Amino acid sequence: MNLHEYQGKELFRAGGIPVPPGEVARTVEEAETIAARLGFPVVIKAQVLIGGRGKAGGVKVVSNGAEFTREAGRILGMDIKGHAVRKILVTPATEIEKEFYAGIVLDRKYETPLLMVSPSGGIDIEEVARQTPEKIMRLHLDERGLPAYRARAAARFLDDRPAVRKQLVDVLLKLARVYAEQDCSLAEINPLIVTPHGEVWAIDAKVVVDDNALDRHADVAAMRDLGAEDPGEVEARGKGLSYVRLDGSIGCVVNGAGLAMATMDMIQFHGGKPANFLDIGGSSNPDKVTAAMNILSRDQRVRAVLFNIFGGITRCDDVARGLLTALDRIGTKLPIVIRLTGTNEKEAREMLDARGMVALSDMDEAVRAVIARASEAA
Amino acid sequence: MSIFINRDSRVLVQGITGRDGSFHARGMKEYGTKVVAGVTPGKGGQKIEGIPVFDSVEEAVARTRANVSVIYVPAPLAQDAIYEAVDAEIPVVVCITEGVPVRDMIEVSGYLQGKSTRLIGPNCPGLITPGECKVGIMPGFIHSRGRVGLVSRSGTLTYEVVWQMTRAKMGQSTCIGIGGDPIVGTRFVDTLAQFEADDDTDAIVLIGEIGGTDEEDAAALIEEFVTKPVVAFIAGQTAPPGKRMGHAGAIVSGGAGTAQEKMARFERAGVPVARVPSEIPGLVATALAARRRKATLKVVMGGKKSAGSKKKKAVARPKAASKTKKKAARPSRTNAAPKRSTTKRGAAKRPAAKKTARKKSRR
Repeated sequence: MNLHEYQGKELFRAGGIPVPPGEVARTVEEAETIAARLGFPVVIKAQVLIGGRGKAGGVKVVSNGAEFTREAGRILGMDIKGHAVRKILVTPATEIEKEFYAGIVLDRKYETPLLMVSPSGGIDIEEVARQTPEKIMRLHLDERGLPAYRARAAARFLDDRPAVRKQLVDVLLKLARVYAEQDCSLAEINPLIVTPHGEVWAIDAKVVVDDNALDRHADVAAMRDLGAEDPGEVEARGKGLSYVRLDGSIGCVVNGAGLAMATMDMIQFHGGKPANFLDIGGSSNPDKVTAAMNILSRDQRVRAVLFNIFGGITRCDDVARGLLTALDRIGTKLPIVIRLTGTNEKEAREMLDARGMVALSDMDEAVRAVIARASEAA
Repeated sequence: MSIFINRDSRVLVQGITGRDGSFHARGMKEYGTKVVAGVTPGKGGQKIEGIPVFDSVEEAVARTRANVSVIYVPAPLAQDAIYEAVDAEIPVVVCITEGVPVRDMIEVSGYLQGKSTRLIGPNCPGLITPGECKVGIMPGFIHSRGRVGLVSRSGTLTYEVVWQMTRAKMGQSTCIGIGGDPIVGTRFVDTLAQFEADDDTDAIVLIGEIGGTDEEDAAALIEEFVTKPVVAFIAGQTAPPGKRMGHAGAIVSGGAGTAQEKMARFERAGVPVARVPSEIPGLVATALAARRRKATLKVVMGGKKSAGSKKKKAVARPKAASKTKKKAARPSRTNAAPKRSTTKRGAAKRPAAKKTARKKSRR
């Protein structure tokens, strides 16, 4: 689960990392009250769950009330890469002398968290890694977490002033603790700044929490901002489906994540464009199939739907029953192509035949058929 | 032979009294697997599907000599279940459970260093040696006995490919699902080395997906050590960056882990890459035929050359087999202080397995 900057900062603050004051607002009026309390100059920062908001104009330093009202209004109405800005963070503008990067990410290869620090902060760390890899120091964390002596080595890499280094060590140790305690898969401060007075502050926060661990972090789970996510994806999650919206015209409902990806790939291979990733899992529950069809029917771009079911433990006749029940409930006009193979395939085929529906057994054939139906419907 | 499991494997089911555990215990038994015990703490003394249930893994192993464990417990309990099986020195542990927190697996991974257990999964369908032993949740009937090894990060996609191979009269030696999580006990490199060393496997099918660099590591290993033909398929060519595609590990992040990169890497390693799953059986057949032609040619040319190539092969094999160990996947931590013993899992595996065997024979 991706957190907003202001939510990540809450976790950082609770973990003792120095974060400047600031509050989040949903309206211009709310924002004005916050700005008045903080005093100018302030920064207005769009809170969206996508990167690149700075380049898109979603971050603005303002120095007076009139400018603030105008900019707050502009940013609150913005759309950044398809994400509507519904919240802004208002925080004091900080004088910056140096910008560092500090981030912890899961290193899958070494099966441990990896701390990366760089004196080139404020820009994309992947960019730094490409252009000037020597400016990144990497430290793997192990069962000890981050020992202080290694945090000191990282601080030495970043700054040569003892007073600044001391603060950096403190931030890095606390960052490592937040990462572990909150089950993060990413905890990033970019930039981690030093002011002209030699103070260290985390002025941004990017935190991703492991979805599988949310059960043990009720407070973090409650941070989920349903309004900032795709409504289809929110609904799918509520029904136990895994759904990701894409921009094509062919909807697909598949059992299993790998097969769902392969189905999307095959649609593209045969000249179509997939409208989504959708895994209904091992279940053949009619409620899940109904939910899936509801989500796809609401997507205006979907021209036809492919069901691709490999019956193993999941029985094909159960899926067919679920599909027929779902169609009775929602009565969609979308053309549907069904591919069923495996356990109880014959029974499923008979059930669908009786309702005038055709089930294919070959995946390639089914994909070609759904592409044809979609282009007829377009 | 086959890898990891065979007709003599004695299987223990952890979480056997649960819905999934009991259902799949029956499925495995019906397939012909020797399911010798079940474990659910507090429920010892019962029988499920005629299988005796014990309170602890230790007790179950002592009483039934189980040497493979399969775990069906809920995600919050999976870490403990794995620890219990590892501490009972079970050589092969298969964790089916989906949704295990990454931190739990980081801890497990650390604990497994230097231990004798081979962990497969979590979040995997398990593995099957057709006609001999099924440990997991896959439908047995789609498989057929044969000489192609298959390894995959997915569940139903594996079934799809297996089914296509079976229909193409291409049987399988062992099919193994290693799991879709970011951290899994057994990776592609581990299984490739096993298949390379397995006399009953002639060719290998590898089904990867977006996220991580395990496929790239596999390609590097193939380039250096694998003499058997490998055919690859990568799912997620159309997946958008930053979005998790069902599996916790299936995510393109920071521009890394794309299907395109992985496919290109395999092609560089000389591994044919199927564009769609239906191309796989054909590519395997072609690769095997090419290999046979080469072998025949060597025989026809006879004499020195044949002897030379044999010699070369004999050297290559044990080398690859030694790579069974996580070594290839885990180069020494350059920047990290290697406090943990650098002994690779498998390196300690063999002597420990022998030890267990001795213990057993004394009983």
